[in-house]
Amino acid sequence: MRAAIVVFPGINRERDMAIALEQSTGQKPRMIWHKETELGDIDLVVLPGGFSYGDYLRCGAMAALSPVMAAVKRHAERGGYVLGVCNGFQIITEAGLLPGALLRNAGLRFLSMDCNLRVERADTAFTGQYQKGQIFRAPMAHGDGNYTASAADLDRLEGENLVAFRYAEPDGAISARANRNGSARNIAGIFSPNLRVLGLMPHPENLVDPLMGGTDGKPLFDGLSAALAA
Amino acid sequence: MKAIVTVMLKNGVLDPQGKAIGHALGTLGFAGVGEVRVGKRIELELAETDPAAARKAAEEMGRRLLANLVIESFTVEIV
Repeated sequence: MRAAIVVFPGINRERDMAIALEQSTGQKPRMIWHKETELGDIDLVVLPGGFSYGDYLRCGAMAALSPVMAAVKRHAERGGYVLGVCNGFQIITEAGLLPGALLRNAGLRFLSMDCNLRVERADTAFTGQYQKGQIFRAPMAHGDGNYTASAADLDRLEGENLVAFRYAEPDGAISARANRNGSARNIAGIFSPNLRVLGLMPHPENLVDPLMGGTDGKPLFDGLSAALAA
Repeated sequence: MKAIVTVMLKNGVLDPQGKAIGHALGTLGFAGVGEVRVGKRIELELAETDPAAARKAAEEMGRRLLANLVIESFTVEIV
């Protein structure tokens, strides 16, 4: 699998993402500065987490207009794979590649803690090495992770089975308590209709090695590597 | 010509900042404060001299960048 990571000014998780990708694929991902206009010959482009442009105006609003985003959109339109994590998810929604928006956390606090995610479908390139209904731990670190969309978009996401992950209790129950940022219907991540664009708020790339305290996020990268093996 | 774009969260979208401010006003002893909503005011200096054209341009800026219409609405005032 050939992967690239877009580097916007103000992001901070690009190296963590590179470590996770290299560990699963054996290849260093290409780092692409946001002013570039071509992604090159790649299977997956990742928009990592951080605070692009200092979150000016709205989280992800400025990055969504960066020169590289035209290339990211062309890549997605050609059926290429796109992963957006945290600020990357915000950028993807601002760019219109996935529906909805991320609001300020309902409790107003920046949330820096682990959450439990329930895998809503395992028949995708991103989730093939998880089981449907499996619970895994993922760190989160965000101030604006409260997913919202119009009622029609939420119903469509549910109806077309495009919810990737939900915030859950350790036993898998979907509760308000597990939904720390207040997201609509406990949604933590969503797919595009062709299942090739995934956006999520938590950070699976920060739990891919026992030294990090666990490997719960590793199946996502192993699964991508296996599914997109050349 | 100046355009003032006011961006607010749409009605129905939870505004936790507004709620927190309302609570803090209560703590200070201000009684009778109902719902509090927080928004942004963006002032644009425009070279355009025709008010109608300036409004049209500012509205286009609002739709394409200044507001995210999934969660926000905006108004334009030309002064």
